[in-house]
Amino acid sequence: MNSENISLALQLLPLQLWNTLYMVVAAAFFAVALGLPLGVILTITSKGHIKEHIHIYRVLEVIVNIGRSFPFAILMVALIPLTRWIVGTSLGTTASIVPLTIAAAPFFARLVETHLKAVDRLILEAVTVMGSSTWQIVVKVLLPETLPSLVSAITLMVVNLIGYSAMAGLVGGGGLGQVAIQYGYNQFNVFIMVTTVVLLIMIVQLAQWIGKVIVEAILKKRGGCIHD
Amino acid sequence: MSISSCLIKVHRVSKRYVHGQNTTIALDEVSFEVAEGDVYGIIGLSGAGKSTLIRCLAGLITPTSGEIVFQGEDVATMKKKALRRFRRKVGMIFQHFNLLSSRTAAGNIAYPLEIAGVDAQEIEKTVDELLHLVGLAHKKDVYPIHLSGGEKQRIGIARALAHRPTVLLCDEATSALDPKTTREVLSLLKNLRKKMGITIVVITHEMTVVKQICTKVAVMEHGKIIEQGSVSSIFSDPQHITTKQLLEHTSHEIPPEFIQKALPHRKLLRLRFKGKAAGEPLVSELVQKFHVHANILLGWIDRLDKVSVGTLIIELTGSPEGVAGALDYLTKHEVHYEVITDE
Repeated sequence: MNSENISLALQLLPLQLWNTLYMVVAAAFFAVALGLPLGVILTITSKGHIKEHIHIYRVLEVIVNIGRSFPFAILMVALIPLTRWIVGTSLGTTASIVPLTIAAAPFFARLVETHLKAVDRLILEAVTVMGSSTWQIVVKVLLPETLPSLVSAITLMVVNLIGYSAMAGLVGGGGLGQVAIQYGYNQFNVFIMVTTVVLLIMIVQLAQWIGKVIVEAILKKRGGCIHD
Repeated sequence: MSISSCLIKVHRVSKRYVHGQNTTIALDEVSFEVAEGDVYGIIGLSGAGKSTLIRCLAGLITPTSGEIVFQGEDVATMKKKALRRFRRKVGMIFQHFNLLSSRTAAGNIAYPLEIAGVDAQEIEKTVDELLHLVGLAHKKDVYPIHLSGGEKQRIGIARALAHRPTVLLCDEATSALDPKTTREVLSLLKNLRKKMGITIVVITHEMTVVKQICTKVAVMEHGKIIEQGSVSSIFSDPQHITTKQLLEHTSHEIPPEFIQKALPHRKLLRLRFKGKAAGEPLVSELVQKFHVHANILLGWIDRLDKVSVGTLIIELTGSPEGVAGALDYLTKHEVHYEVITDE
């Protein structure tokens, strides 16, 4: 360890840490915006649910499965035309948000579907008898009833996104992944490598801690116990 | 509209489920009428078709054939909006309460009002009234997980009454509760019926529930109604074997050594007295007139919807002619009897 390394780290890491956070938070936001409605529609159109519609369900399921079966590295490359069309370039942190969102949204939709389906059919029957519309059941019953699970799902997705964002860095996406490949791999700078890894671990821990605190707060309010 | 007290008319309702080659008949030509102010009990063992029936009444299941007419309108043919309007005239309570865990007691009661677009001030006022009505004002801000079974059902009842329904449907509403809580919940329902003049339809497998609150009862088996009438008539004179079996659950038990006892010309009888017959000293008359011995083993009186029904288990011994004459005499005096053992 020498002063040169430290000053290099100070010069590189704050900016790239910021870039990573920017990519992850923005992608998480868009993935929820896409994945939540997708998960809701998957749930309510499934067999025996409140808006059963086998065709819509099948089409969406195929889309979700395709999205989920792409390895992220391949998805990134395959999406370059789309990314160029949306952002104007396929390089840099903003451009990375597109493949990150597309990778995370189907995954999140599946998690949403799994959790929403856990809401007891009898509860749905009860609120239907009271005269609820489909929209009211989604907004006032399904989502609030599963809120703790949905927060856990977001946490899980964010942790995945942190991993993917590092991968995006390998091909010019910016962020801590790019630092690791340029300085740690190409220049064998062990100090920078280790510092980058420690930062990534800390971000993951932080994300999980925030998720846990929120879930616990909701459950505590509702008087439930905390399941891990 | 003509002054008809008939609120719900169920006419030849059938429900069949087809699974590939097999057809299950859940409801088979079920007909009955619920009048305004009735507490109508539908009793049967599990699998009799009661839950399918109440789900049809709530408009959750569409019958395969037949009609359910509510205030002159056929529920089965209602379009989405009409169905939602109809559902707001119906309140329903459930075996497992089905409260929302994400809402407090007050929030649960507010739910049906919120979805009907009632303004916030009005909701708060109504919710407070209802919490008082079910005696749980102090549990207003408590989440369901901290409520006992009885309390959850009280909140369920308050929620079902929030939009002032005409009918309250109770789907095995006390089956998950202990006997003491069951009695409390049933007496609450009884009071509410008096206060609000609400009509109640009760689905249950427990005769004690029917006994405690119903005015009329229909007995179901294999998707059919096998017997129906006023509670007092069904209880004093059950015709069908299943009804008798259901009634036995509520009766006191006869020790087995009394059921089988080798005595010549011995009959073990269950007598049911109703109305006038209950006031006459029939048993002592039997003894004097026919020179038989009557040994009283058990006796009790049920109070059913303002009518008392007396039950007596007696052991009758004597000459064959005497015993036959005695039975004849009972029939003449409108006492329903049932021979339990006959030697």
